[in-house]
Amino acid sequence: MNAHLQPTGSAYFIAAETQVAESHTLSVLVDNEPGVLARVIGLFSGRGYNIESLTVSETEHEAHLSRITIVTRGTPGVLEQIKSQLERIVPVHRVVDLTVRAKAMGQERPIEREVALVKVGGSGEMRAETLRLADAFHAKVVDATVDHFILEITGKSSKVDQFVAVMKPLGLIEVCRTGIAAMNRGSQGM
Amino acid sequence: MSGTENQMTGAEIVLQALKDNGVEHIFGYPGGAVLPIYDEIFQQDDIEHILVRHEQGAGHMAEGYARSTGKVGVMLVTSGPGATNAVTPLQDALMDSIPLVCLTGQVPTTLIGSDAFQECDTVGITRPCTKHNWLVKDVNDLARIIHEAFRIAQSGRPGPVVVDIPKDVQFATGTYTPPSAAPIQKSYQPKTSGDARAIEAAISLMKGARRPVIYSGGGVVNSGPEASRLLRELVEITGFPITSTLMGLGAYPASGKNWLGMLGMHGSYEANMAMHDCDVMVCIGARFDDRITGRLNAFSPNSKKIHIDIDPSSINKNVRVDVPILGDVGAVLEDMVRQWRAGSKTYDKAIQADWWTSIAKWRARNSFAYKASDDVIMPQYAIQRLYELTKDRDTYITTEVGQHQMWAAQFYGFEQPNRWMTSGGLGTMGYGFPAAIGVQVAHRDSLVIDIAGDASIQMCIQEMSCAVQYNLPVKIFILNNQYMGMVRQWQQLLHGNRLSNSYTEAMPDFVKLAEAYGGVGIACDKPGDLDAAIQEMIDVKRPVIFDCRVANLANCFPMIPSGKAHNEMLLPDEATDEAVANAIDAKGRQLV
Repeated sequence: MNAHLQPTGSAYFIAAETQVAESHTLSVLVDNEPGVLARVIGLFSGRGYNIESLTVSETEHEAHLSRITIVTRGTPGVLEQIKSQLERIVPVHRVVDLTVRAKAMGQERPIEREVALVKVGGSGEMRAETLRLADAFHAKVVDATVDHFILEITGKSSKVDQFVAVMKPLGLIEVCRTGIAAMNRGSQGM
Repeated sequence: MSGTENQMTGAEIVLQALKDNGVEHIFGYPGGAVLPIYDEIFQQDDIEHILVRHEQGAGHMAEGYARSTGKVGVMLVTSGPGATNAVTPLQDALMDSIPLVCLTGQVPTTLIGSDAFQECDTVGITRPCTKHNWLVKDVNDLARIIHEAFRIAQSGRPGPVVVDIPKDVQFATGTYTPPSAAPIQKSYQPKTSGDARAIEAAISLMKGARRPVIYSGGGVVNSGPEASRLLRELVEITGFPITSTLMGLGAYPASGKNWLGMLGMHGSYEANMAMHDCDVMVCIGARFDDRITGRLNAFSPNSKKIHIDIDPSSINKNVRVDVPILGDVGAVLEDMVRQWRAGSKTYDKAIQADWWTSIAKWRARNSFAYKASDDVIMPQYAIQRLYELTKDRDTYITTEVGQHQMWAAQFYGFEQPNRWMTSGGLGTMGYGFPAAIGVQVAHRDSLVIDIAGDASIQMCIQEMSCAVQYNLPVKIFILNNQYMGMVRQWQQLLHGNRLSNSYTEAMPDFVKLAEAYGGVGIACDKPGDLDAAIQEMIDVKRPVIFDCRVANLANCFPMIPSGKAHNEMLLPDEATDEAVANAIDAKGRQLV
């Protein structure tokens, strides 16, 4: 790694990264106890790592385990460091880089899905167009009045992005997204 | 035991849990939110409480205590300001991997979040400066959490932990669980033994090395005395030269024939040249800190690197290594020594002959040289005399931070681990004196000396009162040059010799100051008087402030200037004013 760093003229070196940053999805299994999310987030802000998406929920109630899914961006060296730093946190059981695992299985990415609720207003022709496009995206109507719909859509982030984009001219009011839930393909667990 | 025997108040549980974890001394300061615990301390004799004068002092005392004994240091402070004053020593202990348990009082659970008197979010504030922390909301969790605090503080890579205990939990009655029966958090199980295949690969690299070097660090000291013994054995059987970080001094004896001296920014020429030119580097319990590596892209460019560390995040953090070995230094060294001996081919140290010839040339450069003087005490000379007059005694040395710290590291020879306490990672001025008090509490009959600077010592000077109260005959040896010497040295290097705020105009009379606290003051400004004055300091069985007036403008060399590599050191005989002024290029001036 050191061979790639540029001289900075200081005892404090600022690494000029020549490695290319990649987006990776990490699954972090933690004890569901107070403060655990703050520890994870504090690590990212304290050490200057990126968070592109963060999803947390208890996944095993009896064992008090939560699964945190983080999409982060960094060079391979930084991603390795993030994983090691996360593993140092006492209530962290395991950290799996789902993207690395997917690539090892010959896939581009793990399975990643997001849910979004999209509120769209409007009347007349616009409403028909909204419903037609919602249908094309397999979005469900979960609430409606004469002047709005709330649509629920599930899919890859890119699909959600695209759906939100097409809803914009039709009277988009607000969007709420869950962040990414992810796991690897195949029979093996994390 | 029946259920009722195990019923105690939270405050009783705290004391019982401390006793069951082998605690004999705690350092602390009372306040509203810890009064129930202090009431319990009053009613027992097993644990001695040392009353400090500032919570920062309690933390550094606990650090010195821990570093010199290998045990966990314990501090007890109140809520709010008590906890915030503990932050500096907590971060210090985190960076230097010192096992510390800090108990903090908290406002009653019913008041948490109401901005109550002396309330602060202790677990929030201390989260990034501890290895782990807890807020205890139920008295029945208290014993388990304290036992867990001790386990986490001292296992794996050691570090500080905080247990925040609200006042109502201290009053409440609950069940005490002894350590043997307390459940542990399963997610934290540090791995101690190294991977056999990695050790195999390391040995094969080491046996083929023509220019090997061992670079050891504080991890060897943390691993315990057996790790230092094994390190010495490894050096003996391999014949490798060895250097160490500031934190690792004493693990290998300074009098050992393979010793190169400390490495890094103010390390020896031979140590840094060996690091630069080596073909195999064995890093043992060190972490490639920026003060060690110099410019990273010029750091030991042609070597294969082996790295033994218990913390996976230390591996490949700053420097990419070829053979990482995850595990406790002691456990890995044991396997390494055994496998080296068991190896089929006999090892011939002659393979290193040319290497040792180069090392001899670098050593002859005498990089710690300084101009002696008959008129003024050179700071280096003062450390040398202090060393000569104390080396045959049972001596412990602590330091503050700055030039004096580097001179102490350069000129005081450490023969044993746990004898040298200094703030390496955080660089905390004010560390040394309270740390020395902590050492003295653990070793009542030993000679404990804080090598200090005139600026650093004033950061925790209030603990003189503590030293006098407990008859702790700590010696403060101040290299007094009236400057913040290291700040001034950098201003000379980087800022055109504009000495902004690095000169102390109103220096206290340290002799009178010592006397005001009830200690002994000694002043010396003549090289000829120094030995007798040091002897007097040693002989006095009371706290001493020794005001050693040294040459005002001496600077600390050799030095790797900012942005330079290990083989571009500025040596003392080359450090003319012009060379110093031009040592760092324009780009380097923008940063530290």
